[in-house]
Amino acid sequence: MKYELVIGLETHVELSTDSKLFCSCGGHSSPKEPNDCVCPACSGMPGMLPVTNKHAVELAVKAGFMLNCKINQYTTFDKKSYYYPDLPCAYQITQWFHPVCVDGLVDIGDRKIGIKQIHIEEDAGKLVHDEATNTSFVDFNRTSVPLIEIVSRPDFRSSDEVIAYLKKLKSSLQFAGISECEEGAMRCDVNISVRPEGSTELGVRSEIKNMSSLSEIRDAIEFEKVRHVDALERHTEILVQETRRWDDVKRRTFPMRNKETAADYRYFPDPNLMPIIIDDEWLEKIRASMPETAEEKSKHYEEMGIASKEANVLASDRKLCDVFDRVVSMGRNPKTVASWILTECMGIMKRLEILSLEIKPEKLSRIIELVEGGEITRAAGKKVLSAVFEKDVDVDKFCEENSFNAKVDEGFILETVCRIIAENPKAVEDYKGGKTKAMQALFGSIMRELKGNGDPAVIRTLLQEQLDK
Amino acid sequence: MKLYINEINQTGKIAVDDTILIKGVPTTAGSRMLESFKPLFSAEAVEKLEKAGYAVSGKTNVGEFGLDLLGETSYFGAVEKDGTLVGAAAELVKEEKVQAALCVDLNGSPRRAAAVSGVDFIKPTYGTVSRYGVVACACSGEQIGVTAKTAEGIKEILSVISGHDDKDGTSLPEEKYDYSTEKDVSKMKVCLAKELYESASDEVKAKLDSYVQSLKELGAVVETVSLEIASAAQSAWQILLSAETCNNLSRFDGVKYGYRTADYKNIDELYVKSRTESMGFLTKATIIYGSDVLSKGRYDVCYDKALRVRSLVCSKLKEIFASYDVILAPACSKTAYKPYDALEAFEKVFEESLYTAIASISGKPSLVTKGIQLIADSFKESDLLSVAHSVEKKEA
Repeated sequence: MKYELVIGLETHVELSTDSKLFCSCGGHSSPKEPNDCVCPACSGMPGMLPVTNKHAVELAVKAGFMLNCKINQYTTFDKKSYYYPDLPCAYQITQWFHPVCVDGLVDIGDRKIGIKQIHIEEDAGKLVHDEATNTSFVDFNRTSVPLIEIVSRPDFRSSDEVIAYLKKLKSSLQFAGISECEEGAMRCDVNISVRPEGSTELGVRSEIKNMSSLSEIRDAIEFEKVRHVDALERHTEILVQETRRWDDVKRRTFPMRNKETAADYRYFPDPNLMPIIIDDEWLEKIRASMPETAEEKSKHYEEMGIASKEANVLASDRKLCDVFDRVVSMGRNPKTVASWILTECMGIMKRLEILSLEIKPEKLSRIIELVEGGEITRAAGKKVLSAVFEKDVDVDKFCEENSFNAKVDEGFILETVCRIIAENPKAVEDYKGGKTKAMQALFGSIMRELKGNGDPAVIRTLLQEQLDK
Repeated sequence: MKLYINEINQTGKIAVDDTILIKGVPTTAGSRMLESFKPLFSAEAVEKLEKAGYAVSGKTNVGEFGLDLLGETSYFGAVEKDGTLVGAAAELVKEEKVQAALCVDLNGSPRRAAAVSGVDFIKPTYGTVSRYGVVACACSGEQIGVTAKTAEGIKEILSVISGHDDKDGTSLPEEKYDYSTEKDVSKMKVCLAKELYESASDEVKAKLDSYVQSLKELGAVVETVSLEIASAAQSAWQILLSAETCNNLSRFDGVKYGYRTADYKNIDELYVKSRTESMGFLTKATIIYGSDVLSKGRYDVCYDKALRVRSLVCSKLKEIFASYDVILAPACSKTAYKPYDALEAFEKVFEESLYTAIASISGKPSLVTKGIQLIADSFKESDLLSVAHSVEKKEA
């Protein structure tokens, strides 16, 4: 029998606000000492009262627009109670009764994924365990940082679709400035079941909690698929509805303790937070502040003459877009800039294992200007770029220090070619004896001698002429 | 007899309930849980008082988290006088040790205390005095109020502490409230709450009768009107209060601050033992009751229903206030309360909340004077103060 996967996702995303959801502590996470970013409110002191961060509500509405949702203009905050040391009040403020956005749709190419709802909630803190002293510490820096939870409908049929959706979410949210979507700031719960193809009933569901890497998510789904199909086909186990976690070392999922999942959260409306009414005027103001979507951006790039594939890659990453837009605005040719970013910059980033493009647009612009204006060779340009990535050097100063100058005269090049030939009789002999590789070695030496200056095509022609004499 | 849990300044003129925070001064809320808790900030009401030049005398003894009848559940001991229970703040005011006291009214405790001690107390309209800095239990109805010897004394302090506060999301936008308008009592219509009157003791009835007499002599019209919804308000408020209290007190888990049990093997044991050892019977009963009304399958028939009763109470009151300026009712069923067995606390407080719940659940202002209670529509504190002042002046 053939089986199909049925998957639904709950995706938690950290919002890019300046402060936390209900107090004025700095919001968006950045590395800090434990409990640096904490006040009486977000550490659950008695007497504190929450006051809603308006910007967080606006970002959640923006997310709703991005994902084609209906915006609930009457929306409430509710309390979810459970005890855990990283939750200072022993309740989390979330949206249970009237979430801010409902009924959306995400296009992932050939299929559409339904969005059940988007709701705003506060994050919990972090526990740090010290095995040596058998002690646990609590870090409240992350408590009350605003999140949205995007709840999809069970519309996925493969791990590929899940990955495509998550990539799409990430680029959409980054584009609208809703979330930085940094490593670990996007966390997923995956609800998964398996059923015979063509069946309309749902199978027994397992929920895999709290995963943040795409490869883990893919692996976990594939593992669960096999586990479920085995259970159905070969009766290897009896499936039960349960919560599981992915163990990246053992490469498999494990059931979580039942106790952690059987809680009654006792939701009720938070009496300290009045319902939020998003009137038409506010809604339109938020709508008007929406930036271009990734698709719109990609289309816009194609109109600038950039190939569709390259435009897509650029548009998928906000950092790439930002640098591209800035460099183009400085008067550089868009196609040239695209090529420098996608070939040279990304090549260097891969070599240096840098994940996101962090370069001053002015510097990239200057390098391109020097190369395009024939001041330095492309090879020299790459060296400067590399130095910019590694040591953030000053472009003009670096060129000067390394005597990069494409405008060396042919006489000087010829002189160098002859000198290198004279200094390497063995290589010349080899070449004449039929070893064409020897010519490449000579070419390399000349290039080194010229410090990357001079047009390589001219140098190659001169070398060939001299050798063939 | 412990009136103060912490005395700060002997020349201070204002006493403050120990459920209200003052920066750096231990705030216990009458509980062993917070015996050594020092707050990092002061309540907005305290800040406003201090800014206006009033010095705080100290933190007065309160029942655990302010949930009880008259303060008798305090971990630091009940306050008794001639074998009956009295409120610490009300006694300090009565004995003129202080000019006034700030008290948190969440289930009528300071109203009853004022009634048995024969002083005045106002619970102002919900949202007019910031709750920032109150050890919270029942957020949707609790309110800081003022205890003073007279209505004039209340007016002075209430004008200082009321007004908008950005730090409280339920604080109303009005920057300042003016209570100075003297209302002409001779033009007022007062409704005596029939069922509440009938259920009170003879001593309380006599107080009400005498008050009615005074009002009539001042020219007011007094009519007896049915207020049957009071008992629905009582049950609904018990549900809302318990649920919110259960939720608010859950932060006292022994992890971050407050009492922690000496011996525990794991986190669950730390929670259970710390809370069990540090909280009293009434608090525990309220938590259990509150946990139940929010649980799966019970929410719709309890909590959600209570919210709907709240709307019903508000519409009934709207109807009454369309024809009457003030409701006259008992503040409590008796004029004195003897100490009782701790295990009876939940029932005792619930019984007495029949008289106080209607103003708590609706957020309406309520004033206790001469041992009785006056309730008015939202923002009509001036009406209450004018009535109380006129009667006090007449009987002085």
